[in-house]
Amino acid sequence: MKYVYFPGCSLKSSGMQYEKSLLSVFKKLNVTVEEIEDWNCCGATNYMSINETYAIGITARNLALAEKQGGDEIIAPCAACYMGLLKTQNYVSSDPEIRQNVCKELTKTGLSCQFKIKIRHPLDLLVNIIGIDAIKNAVTNPLKGLKVANYYGCQLIRPISTFDDVYNPQTMDKIAKALGAQTIDWPLKTRCCSGSMTSTMPDIGARMNFEILKDAKSRGAEVVLTACPLCQFNLECFQGKISRQFRENIKMPVMYFTQLMGIAFGIKEKELGLHQMLSPALELSL
Amino acid sequence: MIKKNDEIKIGFYICHCGHNIAGTVDVVAVTEYAARLPYVTVSRDYKYMCSDPGQELIQKDIKEFNLNRIVVASCSPLLHENTFRTATAKAGLNQFYMQMVNIRENDSWVHTDKDMATLKAKDLVRAAIHRVAYHKALEKKSVPVNPDVMILGGGISGITAALTLANAGKKVYLVEKEPTIGGYMAKFDKTFPTLDCAACILTPKMSAVKNHPNITLWSYSEVSNVEGYVGNYKVTVTRKPRYIIEDQCVGCLACIDACIFKEAKFKDEFNEGLSKRKPVYIPFPQATPLVVLIDPATCIHFKTGKCPQSCAKACDRNAFDFNQKPEVKEVEVGTIILSTGFQPFDPHKAPYYGYGKYPNVYTSLEIERLVNASGPTDGHVVTRDGKEPKSIGIIHCVGSRDEKTNKWCSRVCCMYSLKLAHLLKEHSGAEIYNFYIDMRTPGKGYEEFYDKLLNEDVHFIRGRVAEVSDWAISKDEEGKLLIRVEDTMIGVVRRIPVDMVVLAVGLEPGKDAQDIRRIFNISCSNEGFFLERHPKLAPVHTFTDGIFIAGACQGPKDIPDSVAQAGAAAAEALALIDAGHVELEPNTAYIIEERCCGCQVCINMCPYKAITFNAEKSKSSINEALCKGCGTCVASCGSGAIFQNLFDDEEILSEIHGVLVE
Repeated sequence: MKYVYFPGCSLKSSGMQYEKSLLSVFKKLNVTVEEIEDWNCCGATNYMSINETYAIGITARNLALAEKQGGDEIIAPCAACYMGLLKTQNYVSSDPEIRQNVCKELTKTGLSCQFKIKIRHPLDLLVNIIGIDAIKNAVTNPLKGLKVANYYGCQLIRPISTFDDVYNPQTMDKIAKALGAQTIDWPLKTRCCSGSMTSTMPDIGARMNFEILKDAKSRGAEVVLTACPLCQFNLECFQGKISRQFRENIKMPVMYFTQLMGIAFGIKEKELGLHQMLSPALELSL
Repeated sequence: MIKKNDEIKIGFYICHCGHNIAGTVDVVAVTEYAARLPYVTVSRDYKYMCSDPGQELIQKDIKEFNLNRIVVASCSPLLHENTFRTATAKAGLNQFYMQMVNIRENDSWVHTDKDMATLKAKDLVRAAIHRVAYHKALEKKSVPVNPDVMILGGGISGITAALTLANAGKKVYLVEKEPTIGGYMAKFDKTFPTLDCAACILTPKMSAVKNHPNITLWSYSEVSNVEGYVGNYKVTVTRKPRYIIEDQCVGCLACIDACIFKEAKFKDEFNEGLSKRKPVYIPFPQATPLVVLIDPATCIHFKTGKCPQSCAKACDRNAFDFNQKPEVKEVEVGTIILSTGFQPFDPHKAPYYGYGKYPNVYTSLEIERLVNASGPTDGHVVTRDGKEPKSIGIIHCVGSRDEKTNKWCSRVCCMYSLKLAHLLKEHSGAEIYNFYIDMRTPGKGYEEFYDKLLNEDVHFIRGRVAEVSDWAISKDEEGKLLIRVEDTMIGVVRRIPVDMVVLAVGLEPGKDAQDIRRIFNISCSNEGFFLERHPKLAPVHTFTDGIFIAGACQGPKDIPDSVAQAGAAAAEALALIDAGHVELEPNTAYIIEERCCGCQVCINMCPYKAITFNAEKSKSSINEALCKGCGTCVASCGSGAIFQNLFDDEEILSEIHGVLVE
């Protein structure tokens, strides 16, 4: 099985800790991935509402490149990229007209695509393919008793992915437990992080993030885990502002699930990007 | 291909069916077209052929023009074939010289292009005119009807039907799969809208069933096979072992006290798991028959064999038999009534309401037990952790009217939610919130009941609840269940903190509905409820003659409707029984013995076990009474030895020729 890796823009910029930790964890578990050459934006923009064919087209280009590179499966760690790729795959396989238009556009750039490549999120890969046992075996530094709130966000498992339960997803919980941590059960694990509203309607965005963080905290969580760079960004970066706005000190480490895996696997902090976090995630590794 | 015979005189009639047909098919054009076809002596159109004047038109023409073949182009033969056959017979012509063409369901209702629909009508009419020339005079066979009746399902519908028939002097076998009859009604506290006690009106009927000399009650039993045909069914019933000899037990309960388990520790099915029972138990104090049973899944004797069997020792009537095996009974009955009921929607399938996750989220059935004076808490409303709730939210339409679960309205939930709101208020004094999408209360006295509740300080919030959670934002929400809902009356999203949530679960087809459907050879609707022959004109008939349906197995139904329908089903069964005989359709298959090579291929093909092999003659033969006219054997016969009345080769070939060749 050849896994090709689609980082998307976040994992190269604001979410570079996700990429670092993901690749380190993969290395530890002997998973080899190859980055898609010359990949472009996943299309998680407003393009869709302006020109559907082009919007799907740019995403389809990534699928075509992945196929050209001989990949069997694409690993897409960002929830928006993952959904965008899945959505495109669904559109072209269910609507012959869209498929024809998209193929026509691809041909202009000298590419062709069968749209048969499977798209997978790392959570799906780690739990359902690599397996919980392999993860347990790699743990050298068990996170005894650490209380973890697993935050899946609204997009990762809805509406078209099938690898986890829509209302009560479990994959990240399984991983956290395999690392020796405790997980809290909470109703907000699939709530929206407000997406880009933190910049367009900051008051509402702040409130939504406040509620998520506060509820995690009140249930005794010591860290919130995410599997999406935007969720992580929203939950982590505005904690100062949120604390002032709601007059309540919200201080909560928010990290990628791969970073916590790395800590439990005994991987060095710098390889996990822990030193680049805004919330004091570093303390957890000590 | 049309038969060359100048004596054939065909009368053709086409029905407008108001606008149903004439709106899409040019009936005048078809009439003129048919008039030019061979042997058509008369060709007429009429607004409603099925009306009396329409039928008289046919009869008059038969006599006046000496017609000997009739073709009627109208609706489905399921609806009116009999009407026109009778009209034909009244004029002195054999009724099987009449052929119906369905140009409504098969044409006008499914097309919009008038020209094309008219063309199709012409094709179909031409085919029938070609075929009818080959029709033969046939006679319906008459078979006696066995007066005994089997009723499957001992809820309020089955009980009502059984008592009606038994009181009319017919022998009834009432088969119930649970250890006791009573069904869901036995679990209810009060019934809407009169608020009379469910047990008080039901249990006398249950004992009447048990004591009626004409009723044989087989509880804890299931039907495993049905053979035969209308008037003459042979039913195999499997009686599950209770490990108690039913005739010996008097329900003294000494064995239950003596059970090796001092405390009851297994989920009590009758109380919806809100209380516990022992492995040897009686479902509830008024169970009928009042006989204990042993659950082998929890009994130490069956699990390990290491039990002193103190229960059996305590029985002074020697009613215990641990070696009991399933008992198979075979009975012959003439008619069957299915009243197998429904099952409540499983709210685990709607995880956003937190059932199974938060202990204080209940189903409506659990609340029925909780408010019941003979229930697990003697009618005290307390949550699972023993606290008295100060506020209760009742969520309507759980599993109903939802694309993701069950699309249909479950018909009873609005009313029982109102009833539970009243009872909970009465028992606990808590604040009650009803979350509804639409309030549907269409029954006698139902709207008045709703009005009554509106004056009882119960809150009504219109909006489908999005979620039940324990996500507290403020101090006063802590420790509560939060109901998030868009209040569509004021257009805002609200969070209502409550101590207890009641899910008004909808009704869906019984778990074993598909098995029963197969055993009794009847149909189900898309939803999985048993399908009636006609939703308005034959609501208790199925498409299998002699098998009737009653109660919620046909669709969600409240108690008054179930009882009314059960009465109707009993009346239909009585009509068949008292007629003494039924006429069988002559569209059966028959074997030309000289041509039969004795290969027996047809025997395996026949789904109705109607073909037997005569080893002496080395020929197969068909029992006409069992044959349903499906034609499978005709098609399978390699020797061309099997034929079927009404579907002779020349009739079919001529019809095909007629539809293809203008």
